[in-house]
Amino acid sequence: MGKKGTAGNQGPEIRSDCYVAFELKSSGSREIILTSKVDALYKKSIQDLAHQILDFFNIKDAKLEIIDRGALTFVLAARIESAVKECLETGEEFWLDMIPENQYQTEKDRTRRSRLYLPGNTPRLMLNAGVHQPDGIILDLEDSVAPDKKAQARLVVRNALRQVNFYGAERMVRINQIPMGLVDLTFIVPHHVNLILLPKCESADQVQAVDLKITEILSDSGMDYPVYVMPIIESALGVIKSFEIASSSERVAALAIGLEDYTADLGAPRTKEGRETFFARNQVVNAARAAGIQAIDSVFSDVADMDALRDVVLESKSLGFDGMGCIHPRQIKVIHEAFKPTEAEIAKAEKIVRAFDEAALKGLGVVSLGSKMIDPPVVKRAQKMIDLAVKSGQLPVDWKEQRIDPDQ
Amino acid sequence: MATKFVKNAVGRMIPEKINGKTVIPFQGVHKYKTTGRRYAPPLSSSADYPEDGNKLVADLKTALKKAGLKNGMTISTHHHFRNGDLVANQIFKIASDMGVKDLVWFPSASFPCHEPIIDYLKDGTVHHIEGSMNGPLGRFASLGNMKGTGVLRSHGGRYQAVQDGEVVIDIAVIAAPTADPFGNANGLSGDSACGLLGFALADSQYAHKVIVVTDNLIPFPCIPWQIQGNYVDYVVEMDQIGIPEKIISGTTRITKSPDRLYIAELTAKFCDAAGIIQDGFSFQAGAGGTSLAIGNYFGEIMREKGIKARFARGGSNQYLVDMLEEGLIDYILDGQTFDLAGVRSMRENPNHVNTSPFTSYNYHGKGNFAGIVDVVILGATEVDLNFNANVVTHSDGYLLHGIGGWQNCLFSKTVILPIPLFRDRIPIIRDEVTTVCGPGELIDVIVTERGIAINPRRKDLLKKTKNSDLSILTIEQLKEEAEKICGKPEPVEFGDRVIAAINWVDGTVIDVVRQVIE
Repeated sequence: MGKKGTAGNQGPEIRSDCYVAFELKSSGSREIILTSKVDALYKKSIQDLAHQILDFFNIKDAKLEIIDRGALTFVLAARIESAVKECLETGEEFWLDMIPENQYQTEKDRTRRSRLYLPGNTPRLMLNAGVHQPDGIILDLEDSVAPDKKAQARLVVRNALRQVNFYGAERMVRINQIPMGLVDLTFIVPHHVNLILLPKCESADQVQAVDLKITEILSDSGMDYPVYVMPIIESALGVIKSFEIASSSERVAALAIGLEDYTADLGAPRTKEGRETFFARNQVVNAARAAGIQAIDSVFSDVADMDALRDVVLESKSLGFDGMGCIHPRQIKVIHEAFKPTEAEIAKAEKIVRAFDEAALKGLGVVSLGSKMIDPPVVKRAQKMIDLAVKSGQLPVDWKEQRIDPDQ
Repeated sequence: MATKFVKNAVGRMIPEKINGKTVIPFQGVHKYKTTGRRYAPPLSSSADYPEDGNKLVADLKTALKKAGLKNGMTISTHHHFRNGDLVANQIFKIASDMGVKDLVWFPSASFPCHEPIIDYLKDGTVHHIEGSMNGPLGRFASLGNMKGTGVLRSHGGRYQAVQDGEVVIDIAVIAAPTADPFGNANGLSGDSACGLLGFALADSQYAHKVIVVTDNLIPFPCIPWQIQGNYVDYVVEMDQIGIPEKIISGTTRITKSPDRLYIAELTAKFCDAAGIIQDGFSFQAGAGGTSLAIGNYFGEIMREKGIKARFARGGSNQYLVDMLEEGLIDYILDGQTFDLAGVRSMRENPNHVNTSPFTSYNYHGKGNFAGIVDVVILGATEVDLNFNANVVTHSDGYLLHGIGGWQNCLFSKTVILPIPLFRDRIPIIRDEVTTVCGPGELIDVIVTERGIAINPRRKDLLKKTKNSDLSILTIEQLKEEAEKICGKPEPVEFGDRVIAAINWVDGTVIDVVRQVIE
């Protein structure tokens, strides 16, 4: 009997996924057995894909069984490739087309109010993630993926980066801790990923190792686009080292905090009031600001309690965080709502931006508002506030023309 | 002789005869009108009925025998008990035991609990079903195993067929949660309380023989008499006619799916942007999880604006009752109650009114309520580029759903179908739907999570929503997006045999369903 490999998920509750069993044989040609929920409409296309992948890996004699529960091509391809690779030692990868919609880049200081976690081995949840308009989506290879599923999740995530349209959300991947995380990067970086989340980060060295690896992969694959890093602080040591981490590399765009692991490390139970994490949260915000990057809060895990979530986000904002994580799409709207600038904040920002415009028009090097001088970082911050207000629908895009200058 | 087919007004090929009867192909909306007089059952004389009003007989078998059950008869039942019905299966068990053959079952809808009827279709007791077929029955019929051809009608179309004599009911068996020995009956109380019995109204008035079956027999008079005893021949008392927890539909919870909630929210936003939600408006939303969520969002918008709806058409349930009691709605005009809150409200609140397909949908009425409703929210399995929609078959051709009030509701002022762009890789927007149930000229808006398509006929809606922040696309763009994600579907091959006809509200045939090849 030949080598066998399996991948994917099966069962009546499974949707938009498939299960693949592959057996490499020494003779007997190719046999493909397909049972599909959608075979009336996609039988031929699934069989063609299977042959294409087997051809790619130069496999002639094998048995491939596919139990499909409505998986899209990117899932089928990942599952088949995973099952094949359990039997075949190869560095080759079967890449599907990179859809043009996914070739965008993001700005280092772009708005990052919400980032939606998506388990890397659960493709069903990826399909509509972008529809809910989070600022970012995280394809997770770390805690949401069981240790024996890491290899297949990498291929699902890689294929999702190439084929799933996330409608403009920043496309992030949370890799595993180093050293495994460095292997993850080889499957992720060449596929127009925008940002890498580095979990349980405790030193600048770890970030630099990731930075180096990203640079190496990009150069090896002839790619050139920004790939940012967001280290996640999840331990007492990480909190202490947070400034060192925040300022360790040009790629670091934001510093995040993960409170579940942090409170476990402290040995203090996590409470609703959050006094036990107050120091850490302040420290992370402070370190991030000192390094000139964004600070991002943890997730709120009670997906049914939107009122409590709102309170948490408002506190988060008041501490200086720029965003937080979501584990359910319904949290996105609440988070965006709570991170909205207030009317007073918008009014003040408007004045500052107008003062800056006026100064620029007059060719003045110094911006002043009344008798007060305004520093460049304040102008920048005001401009970001305006951008956010536009994004939240509080200001029209052409606010300068539409809104009457409150001082005139 | 081979059956001849003719092309109908939506371009579908329709056989000239179905079950030996001549078929009238669909001719267009409001184009076909039956002439002549209403069908009438034979006259009865009260001299033939017990003077003391006691029509009780020993059991269902006795009643069926007395009613003259014999080969080829048409037997009707209602579906107010949904998946908790215990009566229909017993009728055909008795018929099978008696050796009766070739019956036509004419339910107002069938449910998975009616799976045992497959045995009676196999042994020849039942020739075919004229009513919805889903679950195991749908599968059985789809594979071409039913002797005759199924006929699917809307709730209104069922009333039409009974009124103009297209269907003659020999025996109506009406399961009644409460009844008196005279045959007066209602659905308001008793263990099997289901609210109302509107779907059995035509059956009671037009069937040659009417049997009321109850597990809650009360002394005369049973008030109110939703079914009038004066139409009833026999009354049967039984231990149990329904399973209460299954009578309560499983679909009456607001969806938790974030994707469906998103579509629901978009639908409500669309209605708001289109100016539909204003003081005194009216709406109808089904009992599915998404529809319930839309009702909820309507409520939020009404509260915010300080307005209320003049009426809502039910399917009623807790959520609609809450809105009525909060004062957001003046009246619920209810066709079927989906939960006990609905039953209670109908019993206690005079503003919660029971309706029947006669008032709401009937084609032979001097008007009906359907067109008065401002906006109706419906489901669909597929929609094509001409906005024709399918609600009875899957894209693989299997029957999965009845028409219900769906076709009738298309006459509302604005018809919106909120549907996901694809379900398990099956795109919803197709070049052509597998089965046409509703013509595109009556379908106005398709709301998907990836964009909203407005029927180009509705220039008013296009104009009103042009400057909103909603993503308004063409239906072609939606189809393209779906196929980009799912891949282009391969053509599906069907067998030659016609296994069911889909009737339009006027009695013409709008499409047929062909056998599925496994």
